[in-house]
Amino acid sequence: MNAVTIAVDLAYLLAAVGFVVALHLMNSPATARKGSRLSWLGMIVAVAAALTSVIHDATITTTGWVVLLAGAVGGAAVGLIMARRVKMTDVPQVVSIFNAVGGGAAALVAIGNFVRLSGGPGISSRGMIATVLDIIIGPVTFSGSLIAAGKLQGWVSSRPVVFPGARLITAALTVIGVGASCYLLAGHDSIAILTLVVCAALAFGITMTMPIGGADMPVVVALLNSFTGIAVAIAGFVIDNGGLIIGGALVGASGGILTVLMAQAMNRSVISVMLGGFGTGDSGPAAGPAAVGAGASIRRISAEDAAIQMAYASKVIIVPGYGLAAAQAQHEAAELAAVLAEHATVLFAIHPVAGRMPGHMNVLLAEANVPYTDLKEMDAANLEFPTADVALVVGANDVTNPAARRPGNPVSGMPILNVDQAKSVIVIKRSMGHGYAGIDNELYIDPKTGMFFSDAKAGLGEIIASVKALVAS
Amino acid sequence: MTTSLMSDIYMFVLAVLVGYEVITKVPSTLHTPLMSASNAIHGIVIIVAVILASQARTSADYVLAFVAAFFAGMNVVGGYGLTDRMLQMFRKRAASVAHDGKESS
Repeated sequence: MNAVTIAVDLAYLLAAVGFVVALHLMNSPATARKGSRLSWLGMIVAVAAALTSVIHDATITTTGWVVLLAGAVGGAAVGLIMARRVKMTDVPQVVSIFNAVGGGAAALVAIGNFVRLSGGPGISSRGMIATVLDIIIGPVTFSGSLIAAGKLQGWVSSRPVVFPGARLITAALTVIGVGASCYLLAGHDSIAILTLVVCAALAFGITMTMPIGGADMPVVVALLNSFTGIAVAIAGFVIDNGGLIIGGALVGASGGILTVLMAQAMNRSVISVMLGGFGTGDSGPAAGPAAVGAGASIRRISAEDAAIQMAYASKVIIVPGYGLAAAQAQHEAAELAAVLAEHATVLFAIHPVAGRMPGHMNVLLAEANVPYTDLKEMDAANLEFPTADVALVVGANDVTNPAARRPGNPVSGMPILNVDQAKSVIVIKRSMGHGYAGIDNELYIDPKTGMFFSDAKAGLGEIIASVKALVAS
Repeated sequence: MTTSLMSDIYMFVLAVLVGYEVITKVPSTLHTPLMSASNAIHGIVIIVAVILASQARTSADYVLAFVAAFFAGMNVVGGYGLTDRMLQMFRKRAASVAHDGKESS
């Protein structure tokens, strides 16, 4: 071990420490940005270390330099443009694409390693195990994340795409992939078989993601994030690099935790999400039992009624759901909160699955200038409902259904926002349609609930106008 | 070889545990930036792209190294760019409106 190797290894350690501290700083919005910068610094140190090591070894050719710099700079430019331009509502698909390229890069370096060594010295069995794992996980993440991004963007149907024999194809791909991998592991370093494994893994990523519905995307994006982390950690095993192992492991843990949290918040198991065929898109199943009481026991209210209730309330809690994000109404919600805040306490109660990826709703509201101190997580929000005069539900359904507290129905046991504990409730909703669970929401027939049937954006606009008129007079 | 494989496994398992401890403390308010930040961290795979480029000798090697460097570069810069852009939106009530996305910190 010479001085340069030691310095380079210490630099990787420093980078890994930076990543851990950065994630620690993300435990509060006040320090999170500092954390993100520290993490960036760690990354620069790691890249500088890698370059130093390469320069010191002096094995890189001029073409190698050109290829490396052109690739990295080109990729960086594309990444930067995407990060700068993306609308906050579209963040989930961009995160998915960054996931895909991370998994893709891990797969490519494993393939590169294989191709380089297969002709000559051969690959050690340890390197082979890690390489084969990466040429499976990497391509699965790559194609799976691209399909997920396509579904989020609307380029691929967000409905679960299930056709007869789909499961059979997935099973066949698994058998082919595993069989061919075993052949490689047995010491036959054939490029044809390698190609077969990569193709099977790419196809598997597609057949795995296609049957999963739009509503389950938060779970899928988190799971694929975890896969990419593991793929990168395995790449670290191939080249015996602690920076990669630690970085990848952190991401694997982060994605894994979020996957489980999201699945719990949806009242589903990760397995059932992956088997797919559930979340059906924006409106949920229209069929099913007739709408609650067919209008008999629900109370309709107008924008003016809603405005009067809120204008005289001293504490209002706004409950934004997926429908608010879908209608791009976060700016209206923020404006209403700002208007009401002149005479009342206004909070936002945010369920973990409100939005299209974990925590997405918070970002949308932060962009609309809602201070993060007003954004309450589920548990904190549930302490606030009993003292609230008005709870305004916009585009949220199943996550407010009190039936979840009783056993024996599809939402039983699902963590919900206790909206029904507020003194009065206003629901803005386009129709009496069902949520993803496909059942009636008992909140809507509660005598203290007023239903205001409208599009989220237009409805909030009318309420804001009415509140302003009331406050001014 | 076996010793280093063993120490790699130790490192991986311990890092997963540290990750679990640290990440369970992140509030759900920040889960999207967290995911974007961890996304950026897995961009560290760029190191292997650098090593791949340094060992490349054939045109197939160069093509693989180029695409790997492109993907990894996009992952790193895009990931951090997006994370920072989201985090600068999270403000306290009293904070004055930031200019040019810059915030004194």
